[in-house]
Amino acid sequence: MINAAIGVVIAPLVGCLLAGLLGKQIGRRGAHCATILGVAIAFFLSCQIFYALVWQGAPTVDHILYIWSLSGDIAFQIGFWIDNLTALMMLVVTFVSLMVHIYTIGYMHEDPGYQRFFSYISLFTFAMLMLVMANNFLQLFFGWEAVGVVSYLLIGFWFKKESAIFANFKAFLVNRVGDFGFLLGIAVIFRYFGTLDYAGVFALAPEFAQGNHMISIIPGQSWSVLSVICILLFIGAMGKSAQMPLHVWLPDSMEGPTPISALIHAATMVTAGVFMVARMSPLFEYTEAARSMVLCVGAATALFMGLLGIVQNDIKRVVAYSTLSQLGYMVAALGASAYAAGIFHLMTHAFFKALLFLAAGSVIIGMHHEQDMRQMGNLKKYMPITYITCLIGAIALTGIPPFAGFYSKDMIIEAVKAATHLPGAEFAYFAVLASVFVTSLYTFRLIFLVFHTKERMDVHTREHLHESPMVVWLPLVLLAIPSAVIGWIAIEPLLFANPGYFQHAIFVLPEHNVLAELSPHFQSPWAMATHAVSTAPFWLAIGGLLVAWWCYVVQPGIPGFVSSKFGLLYRILENKYGFDDFNQTVFAKGSRFLGNYLWQWGDVKFIDGLLVNGSARAVGVWSRVMRVMQSGYLYHYAFAMILGLLVFTSWLLWS
Amino acid sequence: MITLIDFLIVAAVLFGISIAGIIINRKNMIVLLMCIELMLLAVNINFIAFSYFMNDIAGQVFVFFILTVAAAEAAIGLAILVVLFRESGTINVEELNALKG
Repeated sequence: MINAAIGVVIAPLVGCLLAGLLGKQIGRRGAHCATILGVAIAFFLSCQIFYALVWQGAPTVDHILYIWSLSGDIAFQIGFWIDNLTALMMLVVTFVSLMVHIYTIGYMHEDPGYQRFFSYISLFTFAMLMLVMANNFLQLFFGWEAVGVVSYLLIGFWFKKESAIFANFKAFLVNRVGDFGFLLGIAVIFRYFGTLDYAGVFALAPEFAQGNHMISIIPGQSWSVLSVICILLFIGAMGKSAQMPLHVWLPDSMEGPTPISALIHAATMVTAGVFMVARMSPLFEYTEAARSMVLCVGAATALFMGLLGIVQNDIKRVVAYSTLSQLGYMVAALGASAYAAGIFHLMTHAFFKALLFLAAGSVIIGMHHEQDMRQMGNLKKYMPITYITCLIGAIALTGIPPFAGFYSKDMIIEAVKAATHLPGAEFAYFAVLASVFVTSLYTFRLIFLVFHTKERMDVHTREHLHESPMVVWLPLVLLAIPSAVIGWIAIEPLLFANPGYFQHAIFVLPEHNVLAELSPHFQSPWAMATHAVSTAPFWLAIGGLLVAWWCYVVQPGIPGFVSSKFGLLYRILENKYGFDDFNQTVFAKGSRFLGNYLWQWGDVKFIDGLLVNGSARAVGVWSRVMRVMQSGYLYHYAFAMILGLLVFTSWLLWS
Repeated sequence: MITLIDFLIVAAVLFGISIAGIIINRKNMIVLLMCIELMLLAVNINFIAFSYFMNDIAGQVFVFFILTVAAAEAAIGLAILVVLFRESGTINVEELNALKG
């Protein structure tokens, strides 16, 4: 199995190198063949590993491949940790990546950077696999940073576009804040546990929780070490998984090409934080403070970012805000100790969100790179396959049974409701519940504005409207299938089977195992779907749908009326709660002011003025004094000699 | 009776005159050379006086050496003076400030 694991990682890397370094030689066809082959190999090997683990009951792999560096007694290793959680992630990553690779052939076929693009997405697949398969924190951090770099490269893929440069820089900087916390967390782990291997750290964690180790950061204040570690790690997750207030980069990252939005900024990379927290469940389980924070941040993100989706007009940005909101759901599930539900939602979300993004991309191709929904309308007539698949994605997203999103989202809501032992649980429950309505509202607003209502595009665009080519719609169909059925299939084995799918991969203390509390109420996926009709989330979702239908189809004047009536509220949403303005004024201007101050005073005045030029000027002044003495007259020199002689002899005599 | 002090006073006076000659003289290079000679003679007087009063002949031997060296030095000095005059056309001390930095 370890050979298969090496193959999974190496195949996309080889594809990336071929397309990246030999792109000119092998041409466009060669580039996409090489990378797609690489990712396909990775996908099939992942299937094989998944099969071996799940059906054949192979044990968890903790294999050290080689020692990367030695520092004293500490060895930094590269190795693989493969259990059910890893296998699931590998499957999701390679599957979505494969779909996106195929889709890219159609989406990017006119782009001059074709080979470069394929090279980047293969590199991303490699990095993401390194992240999920790591068996120690250092390798995790490597994967973490590598996906960040690729994300940076891809957001700024069209590097001649001013806004893309701004967006990729912003993404990089915001992620740096999170990564700093993450790195600090790893450092604290290393300081207190003395090892970076998962196995070692997880084995020591219970002992640590009992020992009640404290750490003093500010003198006079001390915190539990595990809480500090978990909160720092979660700050890293907040950066990568775009939780408030580090979410600001994700909407802007939509400046990148659409396949990237689907692959990196919806399905895989942004879920790295969710995966990481689930992987660290043996640490998070012992610290209530960190879990409470995770729960509240996730729930707040789910609600407030969803609200922003309602006022956006760019089709990709609506989907981006929906991604933020759904990531909030996953994180809230993690906070409620329902790690399995979080990962379940991660998986279903990967399928339906990649589908929605790719469908949005298909619409954008059809509309000749017009992204404003106000310029669309009635596209179902021209793009039936895109319409059907997008509708499936939307229904899955809103959580209408029996589509995938219903099962995962409903479980999260139930889990948050059950997590009453945590501070902030009431708020979190309210937020995730309200967010169901909001999700449904913005999703169907998108569907109605794009595919229904009148045709608002200009005549020229309308004449050229047609269904996208097969390489574009094939991934849509392939993603629509799991979006529809994966929840139905996977809920029982993933969440409620005994022994559970995540039995060895995710650790939950029995005191707050909310999923175990829920399992007596669960009979079958079908029973759950029929029962949904009598629950609040279902009616909230239907309510959102009806409101969207009423406001955007029946009475299109209502949104304008509401936005002018509640001008202040609308402006707050329009300005995205002012996070961007705040960052611009406080952090950007503040650091520029500080830099300016240090430049003007520290550098120009002190270092250049006083130390460098000052010492030169002192030598100049001194030598000007000395020049006066150098008259060139012999008798002056003789006089100086005599004077010196006198001084020395008298010194000799009287000392 | 002439004492050691008397000799030393004479030598010191001669030395002082020669120093004054070097410092005050602003006109003639030759006077400068003469002042240096005078300075050596003042030192010679010290040597002889100490040699006589301390009954040590070595001091008087040294005087011969110094006289010899002084003669040679005077010859070289005058030769330099001649060259200097040819080069700059003057031996006026006031105008010779080529050492100025």
